[in-house]
Amino acid sequence: MSAESALASGQPTPAAVFQAAPLRRATRDPWYVRWTLIGLTLGIVGLLIGVPLASVFAQATAKGLGVYWNNLIANSDTRHAIFLTMIVAPVAVALNVVFGVAAAWSIARFRFRGRGLLITLIDLPFSVSPVVAGLMFVLIFGMQTELGLWLRDHGYQVIFAPPALVLATAFVTFPFVARELIPVLEAVGPDEELAARSLGASGWQLFWWITVPNIKWGLLYGVILCNARAMGEFGAVYVVSGRIEGQTDTMPLRVQKLWEGSDNPAAFALASVLTMLALVTLLLKVLIEPKVRADTEPAGKNADGE
Amino acid sequence: MWARLLIGFVAVYIVGAGIWVAASGFARNEQLLNVACDPTRELWHDVNAGFIAHYERETGVKLFIRQSHGGSGSQARAVIDGLPADIISLALWTDTNAVRKAGLLDPDWEKRYPNRSLPYTSTIVFVVRKGNPKNIRDWADLTRSDVEIVTPSPKTSGNGKWSFLSMWGSVIWRGGSEADARDFVTKAYQRVPVLDAAARAATMTFAQKGIGDVHLTWENEAHLEVKEAEGKLEIVHPGANTPGGAISVLAEPHIAVVDANVKRKGTAAIADAYMRYLYTPEAKKLIVKNYHRPSEPEALAKADPELYAEYQTLFPKMALHEATSLVPTKSWDEVQKKFFAEGQIFDQIQAAGQKKQ
Repeated sequence: MSAESALASGQPTPAAVFQAAPLRRATRDPWYVRWTLIGLTLGIVGLLIGVPLASVFAQATAKGLGVYWNNLIANSDTRHAIFLTMIVAPVAVALNVVFGVAAAWSIARFRFRGRGLLITLIDLPFSVSPVVAGLMFVLIFGMQTELGLWLRDHGYQVIFAPPALVLATAFVTFPFVARELIPVLEAVGPDEELAARSLGASGWQLFWWITVPNIKWGLLYGVILCNARAMGEFGAVYVVSGRIEGQTDTMPLRVQKLWEGSDNPAAFALASVLTMLALVTLLLKVLIEPKVRADTEPAGKNADGE
Repeated sequence: MWARLLIGFVAVYIVGAGIWVAASGFARNEQLLNVACDPTRELWHDVNAGFIAHYERETGVKLFIRQSHGGSGSQARAVIDGLPADIISLALWTDTNAVRKAGLLDPDWEKRYPNRSLPYTSTIVFVVRKGNPKNIRDWADLTRSDVEIVTPSPKTSGNGKWSFLSMWGSVIWRGGSEADARDFVTKAYQRVPVLDAAARAATMTFAQKGIGDVHLTWENEAHLEVKEAEGKLEIVHPGANTPGGAISVLAEPHIAVVDANVKRKGTAAIADAYMRYLYTPEAKKLIVKNYHRPSEPEALAKADPELYAEYQTLFPKMALHEATSLVPTKSWDEVQKKFFAEGQIFDQIQAAGQKKQ
């Protein structure tokens, strides 16, 4: 507290601090260390995040808001990219909600052989480069495999079409939901579910009336992070998309294409939309975080909330 | 209540989106897909629009043409992996040939259309600062100690490969020896302050960051770069001041019908019409407007004399040589192997350059 008030007054007064909190004095760094560190942090954050962020919006609107809007709306390929992202990301997130809840449930509630392996596998997409993830799908559904040839002969295109975009996005964003839910489920414990079971609840009732209310904030938190990553995914999607304009270009791919084509204002306009989505994500994340924390705290502390 | 409504709405939206994605996998055969390399975006945009109108006039059918752009090598890879391309227009013969090796092109693809399946060509030229302050006129000027060159790496960029080949060739085609060529190119790459990975990055380095005195690039890219710089840059056709005239490499973006795909999709006739359209005076006009050199430009003289006159000033006559003339077997495979393979001439030149520094 005293550190903050000293900062707020802008003038650290060691004597006053000493009198107010003699014990703290010894555990605190001298004022020049603190100010250097704070200055350094602010400087780095400003340089690495603030300036690029501001420049995206500045570049996007450099030629006026009318041009900015036109850049987003006039080109049918750009429109399609926005549309496609609005389709691909939610579907990928929905798949991950199903997989994530199932995986988290089995890991948090059961002890079985291979459980450790499963936990590791869930984290795999974090450690695998997205490009490699994309290549995996190319190898599975490409022309080198029987499956790829069979699908092609039956007139169904997975790779280089939206289905592959969803698969690649879902793969890369898989850990978000499961990773969020495992600690929540473990913290809540099986007691309420066992009680419901003993009172004769069916599996579905148990899940819908007991488990979901317990994990809903953690789930929402995972969904938000998952969605942010899904909308911004580039590497894996680039590999499986085939880069067909107006057909398989998502927003990040379109940004890159506009940029490569020297259409900087349009590239920045679309980039600014992605940035705004990121900012909304951040806001939602901040709003939900306290609720998630409340859920993961031991059940006893949570009791007065009910 | 509101929460339920919201959840209901989200659920309906996601189910709808899921159905859309699943349905999108079914092939749509009425579409033509042209898989092209990066620097031809504007060209194909115009040509596709032209062909759609042309085809509708001839047959009454309105086509959809889709366009994919990317690095030449990765585009070839994608087609081999199953990207259902009807037409491929890649920057390097080796890339097109890789698709043939995968069994997707008939072996005679190159002979099927006029001018070895080259409806247009391009070349490597110089872009310099306005007024050419360093007086860079010819290939020999590149190795002057006061000149800095911007060109992407031949290892990662098609543009970089063509630049390398044109530098090497500028010595050979004027009667120099292999040793002279190696010496010249070694010195030239020592004049490169940053070897960017891609053509676009090199353009940024030169035009926006203001690094270097001369930028080696495709002729069409050069025109776009100069246009965008609004009077700060200009083009030099290397050697135009010499008695022998301007000289450079003939960049050959071959165009081919992907036979295996069009047979399966039933688009062979449309793809063939598309290829033939590329040789019409109408397409030649679009090619010139996008700063490429059409095959048989004389055909334009009758169709559009004004444009032809403009063409002749924009595209002065240059002695353009095939890159394959640089190797004994006249094959692209050997060009690739001799210059760009691991440990070969480009690597040796770079190692030599680093030792001297």
